Order: sequence, then structure tokens, then C-alpha cells
Amino acid sequence: MFHNLAQLIRYRGLIQSLVARELKARYRGSMLGFFWSFINPLLLLLVYSFVFEFVLPNRSPEKPYALFLFCGILPWTWFSASILEASGVLISGGNLIKKVLFPAEVLPIVTVLSNLVHFLFGLPILVAFLIYYRRPLEFPEVFWFPVVLLTQLILTTAIALIVSALTVHFRDIKDILGNLMTFWFFATPIIYPLTGVAKGSLARTLLNLNPFTHLAVSYQELMFYPGDPPGPFGHSRGLLILLFASIGLFLAGYFLFDRLRDSFADEV
Amino acid sequence: MFAIEASGVTKVYRRFSNRRQFATLKSALLRGTVFRDLHPAGTFAAVRDVSFKVPQGTTYGIIGRNGSGKSTMLKLVAGITKPTEGTVRVNGRISALIELGAGFHPEISGRENIFINGIMLGLSKREIARRFDEIVEFAELRDFIDAPVKTYSSGMYVRLGFAVAINVDPDVLLVDEVLAVGDEAFTHKCLDKFAEFRRRGKTILLVTHALNLVEKFCDDVLWLDGGGIRGEGDPRRVVSEYITDVAKAEEKDLAARDARERERVSQSVPTAGPAGDAAGAPPEPPADMFKAGEGRWGSREVEIVDVRILGADGAPRHVCQSGEPATIEMTVRARQPIEAVVFGVSMFNADGVCCYGTNTDIEDLEVAGFSGEQKVTFRIKSLDMVEGTYKLDVAAHRVDGYPYDYHRQLYSFRVMSNAKDIGIYRPPHTWEFSAGIGARGRTIEN
Repeated sequence: MFHNLAQLIRYRGLIQSLVARELKARYRGSMLGFFWSFINPLLLLLVYSFVFEFVLPNRSPEKPYALFLFCGILPWTWFSASILEASGVLISGGNLIKKVLFPAEVLPIVTVLSNLVHFLFGLPILVAFLIYYRRPLEFPEVFWFPVVLLTQLILTTAIALIVSALTVHFRDIKDILGNLMTFWFFATPIIYPLTGVAKGSLARTLLNLNPFTHLAVSYQELMFYPGDPPGPFGHSRGLLILLFASIGLFLAGYFLFDRLRDSFADEV
Repeated sequence: MFAIEASGVTKVYRRFSNRRQFATLKSALLRGTVFRDLHPAGTFAAVRDVSFKVPQGTTYGIIGRNGSGKSTMLKLVAGITKPTEGTVRVNGRISALIELGAGFHPEISGRENIFINGIMLGLSKREIARRFDEIVEFAELRDFIDAPVKTYSSGMYVRLGFAVAINVDPDVLLVDEVLAVGDEAFTHKCLDKFAEFRRRGKTILLVTHALNLVEKFCDDVLWLDGGGIRGEGDPRRVVSEYITDVAKAEEKDLAARDARERERVSQSVPTAGPAGDAAGAPPEPPADMFKAGEGRWGSREVEIVDVRILGADGAPRHVCQSGEPATIEMTVRARQPIEAVVFGVSMFNADGVCCYGTNTDIEDLEVAGFSGEQKVTFRIKSLDMVEGTYKLDVAAHRVDGYPYDYHRQLYSFRVMSNAKDIGIYRPPHTWEFSAGIGARGRTIEN
């Protein structure tokens, strides 16, 4: 397993060019091309802000709500799109697995990374909003941002590996996942603040068990509530626990993937 | 030094039953068999205990009928699937021409696909850049290299895949029946490339049905049958053993087909009453006899009860060698003494063209009447026909054409030939040259 994991570094050139291919292919033939990477999150943002500022105005405790929402939705999109795509990626890439000597784990990793690129493309929009609302970022709190990103990357990759490997054997995971991700979205403080849930309540406990809660809260704290509370990054403990848990999950996920690897060529 | 060493390789595949094929997570959870379902239950061995060694720098062929495990063996050597038992060791870089262009993405250009495909096959970006022109040149795609691959024809697609794979510069090249792509010129180019590989001391593992290629190119041949080894060694010997075996199988197949055909005809045509009972209306012959398909008609006053094709050795067979003697033997029966009768035979090729037809009347033979069971033999001194499958008509009728028993294309036989000449008739011939022309090779001695 660790041998294979080390091999992965040799494939970085392959991963890199596959991510580039993925991104090029996605918008090939569309008129706006790469701009869709910007426009998609922007449109999503418009829909949510419209609903929560005009249709349900009382339900939006955080102002400006659009910005609050965006801090959570942008990373969530990366997370959920990666996992949903990863569930089908071994099957749709079956040609590669069956006919070419090809390290299968590259496929889910490429999915996660190409969605990461989309996420990064969405960041400038977030920055533009920050400037528009004249919200300052607090240094050195901002330097936690890469840690949050890394944690999410490891967590997402871990889940993507598990989901992609299991879907080969149980095709209906793909269908279950669609609903599960919707549920997961609402079970994460993205459209509502965590502080809105009473401390010590069962709901709060459950939310705390949801790994993405800590990511969403971290993003919100860095970009939406800088300096509130003032001083260093307030959620660092939760985030670091999640980081280590994610590394553990990644190793477990990779172990599972490695165990099932030999069956892919026969089952896809 | 061996380039490929396979020892005791067995590959077992899961065989899907109906229930298992639709195994889902839900049902697995409900039955508590999540982990058991990840292991095979019903199994099927595609390759069974196969061992062979390929010395470095040689060309090794694998032949065998469909489903004999050739492609599985190749995938095992390529490392795409792992053997259930045994080991496969390969020394050096492998490139597999198995599925050409399997990693191409249809939306992006040929240029970008060359790079990505090359990286997948283990090249670095710089290596690909260096070989890029050569690849494009080889694929004959200079004008289209910047067009998305989805606009390529299937030939262009495969050519590009071939060009990339062959330019990986492997130590071991695995080839699976890919020479069928492209036109003649491209095939020649591929063969030249293989020859160049051989010259440079690379190892080639070739899986193919093109036996002449095997004889020409391979140093050694492995013959797989039903997943196991049937023969190994000198290409000429193994190939000829293989051909003999295929002929035997074909023989069985043709015999079964003929039997089925006769079964069908005898069911659809009720036998016309007791012999001589003209009241039992004989099945009508079709309006245009020469366009009719398989069938049987006639009054059955004379019945052809059995037809056999005999080879040179007098044994019944369905596969004959071109140029060798053959005999058509009919067993006929007249339940009541019959007056004059005419026997006929004709042969049709797969296109339905009558290659030869004759009868005793045309050849001025007066066949006297007979009764009881008799034999009629049609002896061919030399079956000078080109390779192919032929169908046979046999008939017994009255001099005026009134049919007693007409068997329309109910018997088939296959003619095998070493030469792949064309047409419907092979006149016995030889080639001769004046002293100024040197000629080598096999010649057909007839």
C-alpha cells in the first residue's frame, strides 16, 4: 500500500495533464469557455441571495447574507461535485482501467483536483465581494486559509477514493449519493450560521460531528467574521482535529482502494 | 535472459448468475453479504496453468480459437489484470497495443491527446515533444492534428493510437490483433516497424489470427485452447497442428449444421405415402429451381436416404483439401422396381453460384431401373476448387424431369487450400519462367 502511495508521486505529471485535459474538455465548444468557472458560482450566489434576501428576508440573520452564503457554498460545491463525480469515474474511465496499464486512483484524484481548480477560480469573485462590501481580512488569521484548504483536500480525496472504489461493486451508490449530498448540505451550517443553533442542543452536537461543519465554519470565520472574536483563528482546534482525522480517513480509504484495485479491471 | 516469464498462471473470472449481476448495495446490506459479495462465487478459468518464457529479442506468437484465453493472457502480461495464481514477470518497459486510443478524450485535439496518451504510456513530456513529429507523420494526420479527436474517423483514431503506442519505444511490445486497422499501406508500415523492432533486439508478443503472419514473423508460438496450452514451439509445426484442429472442429460444425438442415426439411415435408402411391401428392418443386433455397421435394418413388462426402481415405468428412480426391456417395432406395432414372449432382459456392452441375442424362448414361437399396457414387479425381464453403445438391428424377427426390443444398462441405487464390475454379496449373527470371517460394503442384 505504501509502495503504491509512493508511486503516486511518479504519476504527478499524468495527474497534472489529466486535470488540464478535464478542464479544457469541460468547456470546449462553449462560447464563454473558462468564464463558466466564474459564472457558475456567481449565478448560484444570485439564486440563493434572491431567495434569502427577498423571498425569506427574516431568515437571513447575517448581513450581507450573500457573502455569508458564498463563504460556505463555494467550498461545498467543490466537495459535493468531487464526490458525486468520483462515484462514476472508475466506471466511465473503464476503458483506461481495462485496456491500459493505468493507476486507477489517479481518476478520483483528478476529479477532486479539477474541482479544486474550479473552486480556486471562484475565489476572485469572493475577493471582489469582500472589496465591494469593504470587509477587511485579518492578518495573520488569513494564513490559516491554506490549512483549511489542505484539510478539505485530504478529506475530499479520502471520501472520493472510498466512494469510487465501492461504486464499482455497488452501482447504486451513485443514486444514493445524490440524495445523501442534498441532506448533507442542509445538515451543514452553510445557509444558516452555526451560532443560530442553540449550544448544548442535540442538533448542535450532531452538527459538530459533521466534518464539513468545521470546514464551513472555518471558511466563514476567516472571510466573514474576521476579528470576531478578535485575535487568532478561533476554530483552530476543531480544524486541526479534522485535519488529523482526514489523514486517518485518507489512509483507510487508500487501503480500501488498494485492496479492491485488482478487481476493477474485471468488474468495471 | 528472458523478457517475459509466466509460470503457472491461472486467471479466474467471476461468472455472473442472474441474481448476482444485479447485486446492489441495498440487497447486500439486507442480506449482510457486503464482504462476501466482494469475493467471487461462481468462477470460470479463462487461463489455466499456463507457463512460458520469451527470451529477449524474440518474437513470440500466441494463437488459438476465440475464447481460448489469448487476450486474457496478454492482459496478464501487460499487468492490466493480476493472475489469480502464478506469476508473470516482465523485464523492461512494456507498451501494449491492445485497445488503440483507449485513453483518448474526444473533445480535445489530437495534439493534446498525443501528449496525454504518451504520458499514460510512461513517457515524459519532453520525450513526447521530441517524438511528436514522428508520431504525427506515422499516423498520417498532419492536417488534422489540431482538430478534436471526436471528428476523426475510426481509422484515423486507431492510427493515432497505434502511432503513439509504437513510439513509446518499449522493450517489450504486446500486440493484440491490431494489424487489421488501416489500409494496405498502413499495414505495411506497421509490419516494417515491427521488423525494425526485431532488428533492434526488442521483444514482441503477438496475439493474432493471421497465421501467415505468425509463420513469417514469430520465432516461437504458443497455442492456447480453452485456457490451457495445446502446443508450443516451432511456428510451422504448431500452426499446422492448429489448422488441422480447426478443420476438425469445422468438420463437426458442418456435420451438425447439415443434420439440423435435414431435420428441418424432413419435418416440414411429410413423406409422400407408401412408394408408388401416386395419390399422395408429391411436394411441388419450386417455380424457379435455381433460385430456391434449401429444401427437399419429389415423389419419393426413389428416395435418397443418405449422402456422404468421402475423403481420399474413404472416410466421411466435411472438410476437404483442395486438389485431393473426393467422393460423393448416395444411398438410394426404390420401394418398388423403378424404370429408368437420372441421378444428378451440383455444387454451389457461398454466393449461391453454381460451380458445377451434371447428371447421368447429360452425360449420356442410361441408368437401368432398380429396386431395393443401392449405392450411387460420384467420384472426383481432384477437387480443384478454391477455398470456401460449398453446398451440394443431389437429385434423382425421371428422364422427363419429374422429380423423385430432390435435395436442395442440404449438404455442405468446406474446401481448404494453402493458396488464397480467388474465383470458383482452380484449373490444375504450374508457373514457369524463362532462365532470366529467378523465382522462389511455394508453388502449387497440380
